[in-house]
Amino acid sequence: MRRGWFRNGMLGLGLAFLYVPILSMIVFSFNNSRLVTVWDSPNSPTLRWYVRLLENDQLLGAAWISVLVAAMTATGAVILGTIAGLVLTRFGPFRGRAFLSAMTTAPLVMPEVITGIAMLLLFVSLEQLIGWPEGRGMLTITIAHITFAMAYVTVVVQSRLAGFDDVLEEAALDLGARPATVFFRITLPLILPALVSGWLLAFTLSWDDVVISQFVAGPGSSTLPMEIFSRVRRGVSPDINALATIMVLIVAIGVVLSTLYMKREEKRREREEQMARRDGNG
Amino acid sequence: MNKALETLQVWFGKRLVIGVPYFWLLLFFAIPFLIVFKISFSWMQPIQPGYAPLFSWVEETQRFVATLNFSNYEVLLDDPLYLGTFLYSVKVAAISTVLCLLVGYPMAYAIARCPPTTRNLFLMLIILPFWTSFLLRVYAWIGLLKTNGVINNSLLALGIIDQPLTLLYTDFAVYIGIVYSYLPFMILPLYSNLEKHDLTLLEAAADLGASPVKSFFWITLPLSMPGIVAGCLLVFIPAVGEYVIPSLLGRTDQLMIGTVLSAQFFGARNWPVASAVAIALLIMLLIPIMLFQRYQRRELQAARR
Repeated sequence: MRRGWFRNGMLGLGLAFLYVPILSMIVFSFNNSRLVTVWDSPNSPTLRWYVRLLENDQLLGAAWISVLVAAMTATGAVILGTIAGLVLTRFGPFRGRAFLSAMTTAPLVMPEVITGIAMLLLFVSLEQLIGWPEGRGMLTITIAHITFAMAYVTVVVQSRLAGFDDVLEEAALDLGARPATVFFRITLPLILPALVSGWLLAFTLSWDDVVISQFVAGPGSSTLPMEIFSRVRRGVSPDINALATIMVLIVAIGVVLSTLYMKREEKRREREEQMARRDGNG
Repeated sequence: MNKALETLQVWFGKRLVIGVPYFWLLLFFAIPFLIVFKISFSWMQPIQPGYAPLFSWVEETQRFVATLNFSNYEVLLDDPLYLGTFLYSVKVAAISTVLCLLVGYPMAYAIARCPPTTRNLFLMLIILPFWTSFLLRVYAWIGLLKTNGVINNSLLALGIIDQPLTLLYTDFAVYIGIVYSYLPFMILPLYSNLEKHDLTLLEAAADLGASPVKSFFWITLPLSMPGIVAGCLLVFIPAVGEYVIPSLLGRTDQLMIGTVLSAQFFGARNWPVASAVAIALLIMLLIPIMLFQRYQRRELQAARR
Protein backbone atom coordinates (compact mmCIF):
# COMPACT_ATOMS: atom_id res chain seq x y z
CA MET A 1 0.00 0.00 0.00
CA ARG A 2 2.82 2.37 0.91
CA ARG A 3 4.33 1.98 -2.53
CA GLY A 4 1.25 3.30 -4.32
CA TRP A 5 1.20 6.41 -2.16
CA PHE A 6 4.01 8.25 -3.92
CA ARG A 7 2.93 7.60 -7.49
CA ASN A 8 -0.74 8.35 -6.86
CA GLY A 9 0.24 11.56 -5.13
CA MET A 10 2.33 12.53 -8.14
CA LEU A 11 -0.57 11.69 -10.46
CA GLY A 12 -2.88 13.89 -8.42
CA LEU A 13 -0.41 16.76 -8.38
CA GLY A 14 0.20 16.40 -12.12
CA LEU A 15 -3.51 16.49 -12.87
CA ALA A 16 -3.88 19.54 -10.63
CA PHE A 17 -1.04 21.17 -12.57
CA LEU A 18 -2.91 20.45 -15.81
CA TYR A 19 -6.31 21.67 -14.65
CA VAL A 20 -5.74 24.55 -12.20
CA PRO A 21 -4.82 27.07 -14.95
CA ILE A 22 -7.91 26.12 -16.96
CA LEU A 23 -10.13 26.34 -13.89
CA SER A 24 -8.70 29.72 -12.96
CA MET A 25 -9.53 31.01 -16.43
CA ILE A 26 -13.09 29.75 -16.10
CA VAL A 27 -13.52 31.31 -12.63
CA PHE A 28 -12.14 34.70 -13.67
CA SER A 29 -14.30 34.81 -16.79
CA PHE A 30 -17.20 35.55 -14.41
CA ASN A 31 -15.26 38.28 -12.61
CA ASN A 32 -16.59 41.80 -12.97
CA SER A 33 -13.23 43.54 -12.52
CA ARG A 34 -11.18 44.61 -15.50
CA LEU A 35 -8.09 43.67 -13.46
CA VAL A 36 -8.33 40.08 -14.59
CA THR A 37 -6.91 38.46 -11.46
CA VAL A 38 -8.47 40.53 -8.69
CA TRP A 39 -11.83 39.14 -7.65
CA ASP A 40 -14.45 41.89 -7.45
CA SER A 41 -16.80 40.10 -5.07
CA PRO A 42 -19.68 42.65 -4.78
CA ASN A 43 -20.37 42.61 -8.52
CA SER A 44 -19.40 39.05 -9.41
CA PRO A 45 -20.27 36.62 -10.87
CA THR A 46 -21.29 38.41 -14.00
CA LEU A 47 -21.79 37.53 -17.64
CA ARG A 48 -20.65 40.92 -18.94
CA TRP A 49 -17.52 39.53 -20.72
CA TYR A 50 -19.64 36.94 -22.49
CA VAL A 51 -21.99 39.66 -23.70
CA ARG A 52 -19.05 41.76 -24.86
CA LEU A 53 -17.58 38.75 -26.63
CA LEU A 54 -20.76 38.16 -28.61
CA GLU A 55 -20.74 41.80 -29.70
CA ASN A 56 -17.17 41.53 -31.00
CA ASP A 57 -17.59 41.06 -34.74
CA GLN A 58 -13.86 40.86 -35.37
CA LEU A 59 -13.43 37.82 -33.10
CA LEU A 60 -16.62 36.18 -34.38
CA GLY A 61 -15.49 36.65 -37.99
CA ALA A 62 -12.08 35.17 -37.19
CA ALA A 63 -13.78 32.26 -35.43
CA TRP A 64 -15.85 31.57 -38.55
CA ILE A 65 -12.72 31.57 -40.74
CA SER A 66 -11.08 29.17 -38.29
CA VAL A 67 -14.05 26.80 -38.38
CA LEU A 68 -14.06 26.75 -42.18
CA VAL A 69 -10.30 26.23 -42.44
CA ALA A 70 -10.36 23.53 -39.74
CA ALA A 71 -13.22 21.63 -41.41
CA MET A 72 -11.53 21.70 -44.82
CA THR A 73 -8.19 20.76 -43.24
CA ALA A 74 -9.67 17.84 -41.34
CA THR A 75 -11.41 16.46 -44.43
CA GLY A 76 -8.34 16.86 -46.65
CA ALA A 77 -5.99 15.48 -44.03
CA VAL A 78 -8.19 12.41 -43.44
CA ILE A 79 -8.32 11.62 -47.17
CA LEU A 80 -4.57 12.07 -47.74
CA GLY A 81 -3.57 10.58 -44.38
CA THR A 82 -5.70 7.47 -44.93
CA ILE A 83 -4.14 6.88 -48.34
CA ALA A 84 -0.64 7.41 -46.95
CA GLY A 85 -1.32 5.11 -43.98
CA LEU A 86 -2.74 2.44 -46.27
CA VAL A 87 0.18 2.68 -48.70
CA LEU A 88 2.73 2.43 -45.88
CA THR A 89 1.15 -0.58 -44.14
CA ARG A 90 -0.46 -2.59 -46.95
CA PHE A 91 1.44 -1.98 -50.17
CA GLY A 92 4.62 -3.83 -49.23
CA PRO A 93 7.99 -2.51 -50.34
CA PHE A 94 8.12 -0.02 -53.20
CA ARG A 95 10.71 2.44 -54.38
CA GLY A 96 10.72 5.61 -52.30
CA ARG A 97 8.82 4.03 -49.42
CA ALA A 98 11.40 5.09 -46.83
CA PHE A 99 11.25 8.65 -48.10
CA LEU A 100 7.45 8.74 -47.93
CA SER A 101 7.60 7.36 -44.41
CA ALA A 102 10.14 10.02 -43.42
CA MET A 103 7.99 12.77 -44.94
CA THR A 104 4.97 11.62 -42.92
CA THR A 105 6.76 11.50 -39.55
CA ALA A 106 8.92 14.64 -39.84
CA PRO A 107 6.00 17.11 -39.54
CA LEU A 108 5.14 15.59 -36.14
CA VAL A 109 8.20 17.14 -34.51
CA MET A 110 9.24 19.87 -36.94
CA PRO A 111 9.34 23.26 -35.17
CA GLU A 112 6.43 25.31 -36.44
CA VAL A 113 8.54 28.33 -37.37
CA ILE A 114 10.50 26.20 -39.85
CA THR A 115 7.37 24.72 -41.45
CA GLY A 116 5.83 28.18 -41.55
CA ILE A 117 8.71 29.90 -43.30
CA ALA A 118 9.13 26.98 -45.74
CA MET A 119 5.44 27.05 -46.67
CA LEU A 120 5.36 30.79 -47.19
CA LEU A 121 8.46 30.80 -49.39
CA LEU A 122 6.95 27.97 -51.44
CA PHE A 123 3.73 29.91 -51.99
CA VAL A 124 5.67 33.05 -52.92
CA SER A 125 7.85 31.13 -55.39
CA LEU A 126 4.88 29.29 -56.89
CA GLU A 127 3.02 32.54 -57.39
CA GLN A 128 6.02 34.03 -59.18
CA LEU A 129 6.45 30.92 -61.29
CA ILE A 130 2.93 29.90 -62.29
CA GLY A 131 0.71 32.60 -60.81
CA TRP A 132 -0.88 30.21 -58.33
CA PRO A 133 -1.88 30.54 -55.51
CA GLU A 134 -2.92 34.13 -56.10
CA GLY A 135 -2.04 35.99 -52.94
CA ARG A 136 -2.39 34.40 -49.55
CA GLY A 137 -5.49 33.66 -47.54
CA MET A 138 -7.72 30.78 -46.50
CA LEU A 139 -6.51 28.56 -49.34
CA THR A 140 -2.85 28.79 -48.39
CA ILE A 141 -3.65 28.35 -44.67
CA THR A 142 -5.68 25.25 -45.47
CA ILE A 143 -2.95 23.72 -47.65
CA ALA A 144 -0.33 24.34 -44.94
CA HIS A 145 -2.59 22.87 -42.25
CA ILE A 146 -3.44 19.79 -44.31
CA THR A 147 0.27 19.12 -44.77
CA PHE A 148 1.09 18.90 -41.08
CA ALA A 149 -2.26 17.48 -39.95
CA MET A 150 -2.11 14.59 -42.43
CA ALA A 151 1.04 13.36 -40.66
CA TYR A 152 -0.97 12.83 -37.48
CA VAL A 153 -3.81 11.13 -39.37
CA THR A 154 -1.28 8.85 -41.09
CA VAL A 155 0.09 7.72 -37.71
CA VAL A 156 -3.41 7.09 -36.34
CA VAL A 157 -4.47 5.12 -39.44
CA GLN A 158 -1.19 3.19 -39.55
CA SER A 159 -1.46 2.03 -35.97
CA ARG A 160 -5.10 1.03 -36.50
CA LEU A 161 -4.20 -0.93 -39.64
CA ALA A 162 -1.27 -2.56 -37.86
CA GLY A 163 -3.70 -3.63 -35.14
CA PHE A 164 -5.39 -6.26 -37.30
CA ASP A 165 -3.89 -8.52 -39.95
CA ASP A 166 -4.92 -8.52 -43.59
CA VAL A 167 -6.56 -11.99 -43.78
CA LEU A 168 -10.00 -10.50 -44.49
CA GLU A 169 -8.65 -8.36 -47.32
CA GLU A 170 -6.64 -11.28 -48.71
CA ALA A 171 -9.69 -13.53 -48.61
CA ALA A 172 -11.82 -10.99 -50.47
CA LEU A 173 -9.10 -10.55 -53.11
CA ASP A 174 -8.83 -14.33 -53.50
CA LEU A 175 -12.57 -14.50 -54.05
CA GLY A 176 -12.20 -12.07 -56.91
CA ALA A 177 -13.13 -8.71 -55.39
CA ARG A 178 -11.44 -5.71 -56.96
CA PRO A 179 -8.95 -3.80 -54.77
CA ALA A 180 -11.22 -0.74 -54.68
CA THR A 181 -14.18 -2.88 -53.56
CA VAL A 182 -12.06 -4.49 -50.87
CA PHE A 183 -11.04 -1.07 -49.61
CA PHE A 184 -14.55 0.38 -49.44
CA ARG A 185 -16.32 -2.75 -48.18
CA ILE A 186 -13.75 -4.16 -45.76
CA THR A 187 -10.82 -1.88 -44.89
CA LEU A 188 -12.76 1.36 -44.58
CA PRO A 189 -15.41 0.07 -42.13
CA LEU A 190 -12.66 -1.51 -40.03
CA ILE A 191 -10.62 1.68 -39.72
CA LEU A 192 -13.63 3.99 -39.39
CA PRO A 193 -13.02 4.73 -35.67
CA ALA A 194 -9.47 5.78 -36.57
CA LEU A 195 -10.81 8.06 -39.27
CA VAL A 196 -13.25 9.69 -36.86
CA SER A 197 -10.54 10.36 -34.29
CA GLY A 198 -8.16 11.40 -37.06
CA TRP A 199 -10.68 13.93 -38.35
CA LEU A 200 -11.23 15.37 -34.88
CA LEU A 201 -7.48 15.50 -34.25
CA ALA A 202 -6.83 17.28 -37.56
CA PHE A 203 -9.66 19.71 -36.85
CA THR A 204 -8.20 20.59 -33.46
CA LEU A 205 -4.66 20.92 -34.79
CA SER A 206 -5.84 23.37 -37.43
CA TRP A 207 -8.20 25.20 -35.08
CA ASP A 208 -5.32 25.59 -32.62
CA ASP A 209 -2.48 26.61 -34.92
CA VAL A 210 -1.14 30.13 -34.69
CA VAL A 211 2.49 30.03 -35.88
CA ILE A 212 2.08 28.45 -39.31
CA SER A 213 -1.11 30.46 -39.97
CA GLN A 214 0.73 33.65 -39.17
CA PHE A 215 3.29 32.92 -41.88
CA VAL A 216 0.92 31.89 -44.65
CA ALA A 217 -2.10 34.11 -43.93
CA GLY A 218 -2.88 37.16 -46.00
CA PRO A 219 -4.70 40.38 -45.19
CA GLY A 220 -8.28 39.75 -44.08
CA SER A 221 -7.78 36.07 -43.36
CA SER A 222 -6.87 36.19 -39.68
CA THR A 223 -7.85 33.02 -37.87
CA LEU A 224 -9.13 33.02 -34.30
CA PRO A 225 -5.79 32.01 -32.74
CA MET A 226 -4.07 34.82 -34.69
CA GLU A 227 -6.58 37.33 -33.30
CA ILE A 228 -6.21 35.96 -29.78
CA PHE A 229 -2.42 36.02 -30.05
CA SER A 230 -2.28 39.65 -31.11
CA ARG A 231 -4.71 40.62 -28.31
CA VAL A 232 -2.92 38.61 -25.64
CA ARG A 233 0.42 40.12 -26.61
CA ARG A 234 -1.01 43.54 -25.89
CA GLY A 235 -2.03 42.37 -22.41
CA VAL A 236 -4.56 40.23 -20.60
CA SER A 237 -8.17 40.97 -21.28
CA PRO A 238 -11.14 39.45 -19.49
CA ASP A 239 -13.14 38.62 -22.61
CA ILE A 240 -10.40 36.18 -23.61
CA ASN A 241 -11.19 34.30 -20.38
CA ALA A 242 -14.82 34.11 -21.47
CA LEU A 243 -13.76 32.85 -24.90
CA ALA A 244 -11.52 30.20 -23.28
CA THR A 245 -14.39 29.03 -21.09
CA ILE A 246 -16.69 28.62 -24.08
CA MET A 247 -14.02 26.69 -25.96
CA VAL A 248 -13.27 24.40 -23.01
CA LEU A 249 -16.98 23.72 -22.66
CA ILE A 250 -17.40 22.83 -26.35
CA VAL A 251 -14.35 20.56 -26.30
CA ALA A 252 -15.43 18.83 -23.09
CA ILE A 253 -18.90 18.14 -24.51
CA GLY A 254 -17.44 16.99 -27.83
CA VAL A 255 -14.91 14.64 -26.24
CA VAL A 256 -17.47 13.12 -23.88
CA LEU A 257 -19.99 12.59 -26.70
CA SER A 258 -17.45 11.06 -29.07
CA THR A 259 -16.09 8.78 -26.34
CA LEU A 260 -19.60 7.56 -25.57
CA TYR A 261 -20.23 7.01 -29.30
CA MET A 262 -16.99 5.07 -29.75
CA LYS A 263 -17.72 2.91 -26.70
CA ARG A 264 -21.19 2.10 -28.06
CA GLU A 265 -19.83 1.27 -31.51
CA GLU A 266 -17.15 -0.96 -30.02
CA LYS A 267 -19.76 -2.82 -27.92
CA ARG A 268 -22.06 -3.20 -30.93
CA ARG A 269 -19.22 -4.61 -33.00
CA GLU A 270 -18.23 -7.04 -30.27
CA ARG A 271 -21.83 -8.23 -29.98
CA GLU A 272 -22.13 -8.70 -33.72
CA GLU A 273 -18.86 -10.58 -33.83
CA GLN A 274 -20.03 -12.88 -31.05
CA MET A 275 -23.32 -13.49 -32.80
CA ALA A 276 -21.59 -14.21 -36.07
CA ARG A 277 -19.31 -16.66 -34.33
CA ARG A 278 -22.24 -18.39 -32.63
CA ASP A 279 -24.17 -18.62 -35.90
CA GLY A 280 -21.08 -20.02 -37.58
CA ASN A 281 -20.68 -22.69 -34.93
CA GLY A 282 -24.37 -23.58 -34.76
CA MET B 1 -4.98 -11.25 -72.37
CA ASN B 2 -7.74 -10.09 -70.09
CA LYS B 3 -5.67 -11.16 -67.12
CA ALA B 4 -2.70 -9.16 -68.34
CA LEU B 5 -4.83 -6.08 -68.79
CA GLU B 6 -6.16 -6.49 -65.27
CA THR B 7 -2.66 -6.80 -63.84
CA LEU B 8 -1.66 -3.69 -65.71
CA GLN B 9 -4.71 -1.89 -64.34
CA VAL B 10 -3.88 -2.94 -60.79
CA TRP B 11 -0.27 -1.85 -61.31
CA PHE B 12 -1.32 1.59 -62.51
CA GLY B 13 -3.96 1.86 -59.80
CA LYS B 14 -1.34 1.10 -57.20
CA ARG B 15 1.05 3.71 -58.61
CA LEU B 16 -1.77 6.25 -58.63
CA VAL B 17 -2.69 5.54 -55.01
CA ILE B 18 0.94 5.82 -53.92
CA GLY B 19 1.36 8.91 -56.06
CA VAL B 20 -1.32 11.05 -54.41
CA PRO B 21 0.19 11.45 -50.90
CA TYR B 22 3.67 11.32 -52.40
CA PHE B 23 3.00 14.22 -54.70
CA TRP B 24 1.37 16.27 -51.96
CA LEU B 25 4.19 15.81 -49.46
CA LEU B 26 6.86 16.33 -52.08
CA LEU B 27 5.32 19.59 -53.24
CA PHE B 28 4.25 20.99 -49.90
CA PHE B 29 6.80 19.53 -47.50
CA ALA B 30 10.07 18.53 -49.22
CA ILE B 31 10.40 21.15 -51.95
CA PRO B 32 9.74 24.07 -49.56
CA PHE B 33 12.92 23.13 -47.68
CA LEU B 34 14.91 23.31 -50.89
CA ILE B 35 13.46 26.76 -51.52
CA VAL B 36 14.40 27.89 -48.01
CA PHE B 37 17.88 26.51 -48.62
CA LYS B 38 18.13 28.38 -51.90
CA ILE B 39 16.91 31.68 -50.47
CA SER B 40 19.34 31.40 -47.56
CA PHE B 41 22.10 32.00 -50.14
CA SER B 42 20.52 34.98 -51.85
CA TRP B 43 20.86 38.71 -51.29
CA MET B 44 18.16 40.70 -49.57
CA GLN B 45 16.16 42.91 -51.87
CA PRO B 46 13.92 45.74 -50.72
CA ILE B 47 11.33 45.11 -53.46
CA GLN B 48 9.08 42.07 -53.91
CA PRO B 49 9.70 39.17 -53.43
CA GLY B 50 12.29 40.27 -50.87
CA TYR B 51 15.27 38.36 -52.23
CA ALA B 52 17.38 38.59 -55.37
CA PRO B 53 17.43 35.67 -57.81
CA LEU B 54 20.32 33.25 -57.39
CA PHE B 55 20.82 32.65 -61.08
CA SER B 56 20.60 35.29 -63.72
CA TRP B 57 21.12 35.27 -67.47
CA VAL B 58 23.85 37.67 -68.57
CA GLU B 59 23.26 38.83 -72.13
CA GLU B 60 26.85 39.91 -72.95
CA THR B 61 28.54 36.65 -72.05
CA GLN B 62 25.54 34.45 -72.97
CA ARG B 63 25.89 32.63 -69.66
CA PHE B 64 23.99 31.93 -66.45
CA VAL B 65 25.64 33.63 -63.54
CA ALA B 66 25.13 32.47 -59.98
CA THR B 67 25.33 35.12 -57.31
CA LEU B 68 25.72 33.21 -54.09
CA ASN B 69 25.70 35.07 -50.84
CA PHE B 70 27.34 33.38 -47.87
CA SER B 71 27.07 36.42 -45.63
CA ASN B 72 23.71 35.25 -44.23
CA TYR B 73 25.52 32.34 -42.61
CA GLU B 74 28.57 34.42 -41.72
CA VAL B 75 26.25 36.70 -39.75
CA LEU B 76 25.04 33.68 -37.76
CA LEU B 77 28.58 32.73 -36.84
CA ASP B 78 29.99 36.21 -36.26
CA ASP B 79 27.17 37.94 -34.46
CA PRO B 80 27.23 36.78 -30.82
CA LEU B 81 23.52 37.56 -30.67
CA TYR B 82 22.70 34.56 -32.88
CA LEU B 83 25.10 32.15 -31.20
CA GLY B 84 23.78 33.19 -27.79
CA THR B 85 20.21 32.73 -28.97
CA PHE B 86 20.91 29.24 -30.28
CA LEU B 87 22.62 28.19 -27.06
CA TYR B 88 19.87 29.71 -24.94
CA SER B 89 17.16 27.91 -26.96
CA VAL B 90 18.90 24.56 -26.53
CA LYS B 91 19.36 25.22 -22.81
CA VAL B 92 15.70 26.16 -22.29
CA ALA B 93 14.49 23.18 -24.33
CA ALA B 94 16.82 20.76 -22.51
CA ILE B 95 15.86 21.94 -19.02
CA SER B 96 12.16 21.92 -19.92
CA THR B 97 12.49 18.40 -21.34
CA VAL B 98 14.11 17.11 -18.14
CA LEU B 99 11.43 18.80 -16.00
CA CYS B 100 8.75 17.34 -18.26
CA LEU B 101 10.25 13.87 -17.80
CA LEU B 102 10.41 14.30 -14.02
CA VAL B 103 6.75 15.33 -13.90
CA GLY B 104 5.52 12.97 -16.62
CA TYR B 105 7.27 9.73 -15.64
CA PRO B 106 5.57 9.23 -12.26
CA MET B 107 2.23 10.13 -13.85
CA ALA B 108 2.65 7.67 -16.72
CA TYR B 109 3.84 5.03 -14.23
CA ALA B 110 0.85 5.57 -11.94
CA ILE B 111 -1.59 5.32 -14.86
CA ALA B 112 0.04 2.19 -16.26
CA ARG B 113 -0.26 0.45 -12.87
CA CYS B 114 -3.92 1.45 -12.40
CA PRO B 115 -6.79 -1.00 -12.83
CA PRO B 116 -7.74 -1.02 -16.57
CA THR B 117 -11.08 0.72 -16.03
CA THR B 118 -9.66 3.80 -14.31
CA ARG B 119 -6.69 3.77 -16.72
CA ASN B 120 -8.81 5.03 -19.62
CA LEU B 121 -10.35 7.75 -17.46
CA PHE B 122 -6.92 9.06 -16.43
CA LEU B 123 -5.63 8.89 -20.01
CA MET B 124 -8.59 10.95 -21.12
CA LEU B 125 -7.90 13.49 -18.38
CA ILE B 126 -4.31 13.78 -19.66
CA ILE B 127 -5.38 14.23 -23.28
CA LEU B 128 -8.37 16.49 -22.66
CA PRO B 129 -6.38 19.73 -22.14
CA PHE B 130 -4.55 18.97 -25.37
CA TRP B 131 -7.85 19.34 -27.21
CA THR B 132 -8.41 22.82 -25.82
CA SER B 133 -6.54 25.73 -27.30
CA PHE B 134 -2.79 25.61 -26.73
CA LEU B 135 -2.61 29.39 -26.96
CA LEU B 136 -5.27 29.90 -24.31
CA ARG B 137 -3.57 27.44 -21.98
CA VAL B 138 -0.33 29.40 -22.24
CA TYR B 139 -2.30 32.60 -21.76
CA ALA B 140 -3.79 31.18 -18.54
CA TRP B 141 -0.31 31.18 -17.02
CA ILE B 142 0.00 34.94 -17.50
CA GLY B 143 -2.93 35.37 -15.13
CA LEU B 144 -1.36 32.96 -12.64
CA LEU B 145 2.22 34.25 -12.74
CA LYS B 146 1.68 38.01 -12.96
CA THR B 147 2.96 40.30 -10.19
CA ASN B 148 -0.63 40.70 -8.98
CA GLY B 149 -1.58 37.27 -10.30
CA VAL B 150 -3.24 34.33 -8.61
CA ILE B 151 -0.04 32.72 -7.28
CA ASN B 152 1.41 35.93 -5.82
CA ASN B 153 -1.93 36.98 -4.35
CA SER B 154 -2.42 33.58 -2.70
CA LEU B 155 1.11 33.52 -1.27
CA LEU B 156 0.69 37.07 0.03
CA ALA B 157 -2.67 36.25 1.58
CA LEU B 158 -1.22 33.18 3.30
CA GLY B 159 1.62 35.29 4.63
CA ILE B 160 4.32 33.11 3.05
CA ILE B 161 5.86 36.08 1.25
CA ASP B 162 5.52 39.79 1.93
CA GLN B 163 6.76 41.00 -1.45
CA PRO B 164 5.30 39.74 -4.71
CA LEU B 165 7.73 37.48 -6.56
CA THR B 166 8.78 38.19 -10.14
CA LEU B 167 7.54 35.07 -11.89
CA LEU B 168 6.36 36.26 -15.28
CA TYR B 169 8.85 37.11 -18.06
CA THR B 170 11.52 34.83 -16.60
CA ASP B 171 13.20 31.57 -17.65
CA PHE B 172 11.10 29.86 -15.00
CA ALA B 173 7.89 30.98 -16.70
CA VAL B 174 9.07 29.57 -20.03
CA TYR B 175 9.95 26.21 -18.40
CA ILE B 176 6.48 26.08 -16.86
CA GLY B 177 4.86 26.99 -20.16
CA ILE B 178 6.74 24.31 -22.11
CA VAL B 179 6.24 21.59 -19.48
CA TYR B 180 2.56 22.46 -19.29
CA SER B 181 1.96 22.46 -23.04
CA TYR B 182 4.03 19.40 -23.92
CA LEU B 183 3.25 17.15 -20.93
CA PRO B 184 0.82 14.87 -22.85
CA PHE B 185 3.52 14.28 -25.50
CA MET B 186 5.83 13.04 -22.75
CA ILE B 187 3.24 10.95 -20.91
CA LEU B 188 1.70 9.08 -23.85
CA PRO B 189 4.83 7.33 -25.23
CA LEU B 190 5.97 6.60 -21.65
CA TYR B 191 2.58 5.12 -20.82
CA SER B 192 2.44 2.92 -23.93
CA ASN B 193 5.88 1.57 -23.00
CA LEU B 194 5.23 1.10 -19.25
CA GLU B 195 1.91 -0.59 -19.88
CA LYS B 196 3.60 -3.41 -21.82
CA HIS B 197 6.08 -4.33 -19.06
CA ASP B 198 6.06 -7.87 -17.76
CA LEU B 199 5.28 -7.44 -14.06
CA THR B 200 6.48 -10.95 -13.20
CA LEU B 201 10.02 -9.60 -13.57
CA LEU B 202 9.39 -7.32 -10.60
CA GLU B 203 7.92 -10.20 -8.60
CA ALA B 204 10.97 -12.31 -9.36
CA ALA B 205 13.23 -9.48 -8.23
CA ALA B 206 11.23 -9.09 -5.03
CA ASP B 207 11.42 -12.85 -4.36
CA LEU B 208 15.17 -12.67 -4.74
CA GLY B 209 15.24 -9.92 -2.14
CA ALA B 210 15.53 -6.74 -4.19
CA SER B 211 13.95 -3.66 -2.67
CA PRO B 212 11.24 -1.88 -4.72
CA VAL B 213 13.59 1.06 -5.29
CA LYS B 214 16.36 -1.22 -6.49
CA SER B 215 14.11 -3.17 -8.85
CA PHE B 216 12.76 0.09 -10.24
CA PHE B 217 16.25 1.33 -11.12
CA TRP B 218 17.49 -2.06 -12.36
CA ILE B 219 14.39 -3.31 -14.22
CA THR B 220 11.65 -0.77 -14.89
CA LEU B 221 13.85 2.19 -15.77
CA PRO B 222 16.10 0.36 -18.29
CA LEU B 223 13.05 -1.29 -19.89
CA SER B 224 11.32 2.06 -20.30
CA MET B 225 14.30 3.66 -22.06
CA PRO B 226 12.61 3.66 -25.53
CA GLY B 227 9.61 5.48 -24.06
CA ILE B 228 11.86 7.99 -22.30
CA VAL B 229 13.80 8.69 -25.49
CA ALA B 230 10.63 9.09 -27.57
CA GLY B 231 8.95 11.36 -25.03
CA CYS B 232 12.06 13.52 -24.66
CA LEU B 233 12.44 13.91 -28.43
CA LEU B 234 8.75 14.79 -28.82
CA VAL B 235 9.24 17.58 -26.29
CA PHE B 236 12.79 18.71 -27.04
CA ILE B 237 12.64 19.10 -30.84
CA PRO B 238 9.61 21.42 -31.07
CA ALA B 239 10.63 23.22 -27.87
CA VAL B 240 13.94 24.41 -29.37
CA GLY B 241 12.01 26.27 -32.05
CA GLU B 242 9.19 27.36 -29.73
CA TYR B 243 7.84 30.80 -30.53
CA VAL B 244 4.49 31.37 -28.80
CA ILE B 245 5.52 30.39 -25.26
CA PRO B 246 8.66 32.58 -24.99
CA SER B 247 6.94 35.54 -26.60
CA LEU B 248 4.07 35.40 -24.08
CA LEU B 249 5.89 34.30 -20.92
CA GLY B 250 9.60 34.75 -21.58
CA ARG B 251 12.32 37.29 -20.96
CA THR B 252 12.59 40.32 -23.17
CA ASP B 253 16.37 40.66 -22.89
CA GLN B 254 17.11 37.13 -24.12
CA LEU B 255 15.15 35.78 -27.07
CA MET B 256 14.73 32.23 -28.29
CA ILE B 257 15.62 31.27 -31.84
CA GLY B 258 12.01 30.95 -32.99
CA THR B 259 11.34 34.52 -31.87
CA VAL B 260 14.47 35.82 -33.62
CA LEU B 261 13.51 34.00 -36.81
CA SER B 262 10.06 35.54 -36.95
CA ALA B 263 11.43 38.96 -35.98
CA GLN B 264 13.86 38.78 -38.92
CA PHE B 265 11.06 37.63 -41.16
CA PHE B 266 8.19 39.92 -40.18
CA GLY B 267 10.03 42.81 -38.52
CA ALA B 268 13.28 43.32 -40.41
CA ARG B 269 11.79 41.66 -43.53
CA ASN B 270 15.17 40.06 -44.14
CA TRP B 271 14.04 36.81 -45.72
CA PRO B 272 17.51 35.51 -46.63
CA VAL B 273 18.80 35.77 -43.05
CA ALA B 274 15.56 34.29 -41.70
CA SER B 275 16.03 31.38 -44.13
CA ALA B 276 19.62 30.90 -42.99
CA VAL B 277 18.43 30.80 -39.36
CA ALA B 278 15.80 28.20 -40.31
CA ILE B 279 18.39 26.04 -42.11
CA ALA B 280 20.83 26.28 -39.18
CA LEU B 281 18.06 25.27 -36.78
CA LEU B 282 17.09 22.38 -39.03
CA ILE B 283 20.68 21.11 -39.26
CA MET B 284 20.96 21.30 -35.49
CA LEU B 285 17.78 19.24 -35.08
CA LEU B 286 18.56 16.75 -37.86
CA ILE B 287 20.00 14.06 -35.58
CA PRO B 288 17.18 14.24 -33.00
CA ILE B 289 14.61 14.15 -35.83
CA MET B 290 16.25 11.08 -37.36
CA LEU B 291 16.35 9.38 -33.96
CA PHE B 292 12.64 10.08 -33.57
CA GLN B 293 11.89 8.61 -36.99
CA ARG B 294 13.79 5.45 -36.12
CA TYR B 295 11.75 5.10 -32.93
CA GLN B 296 8.48 5.66 -34.83
CA ARG B 297 9.39 2.98 -37.38
CA ARG B 298 10.19 0.47 -34.65
CA GLU B 299 6.94 1.20 -32.83
CA LEU B 300 4.89 0.48 -35.95
CA GLN B 301 6.86 -2.67 -36.69
CA ALA B 302 6.29 -3.88 -33.14
CA ALA B 303 2.57 -3.15 -33.45
CA ARG B 304 2.37 -5.26 -36.58
CA ARG B 305 3.73 -8.36 -34.90
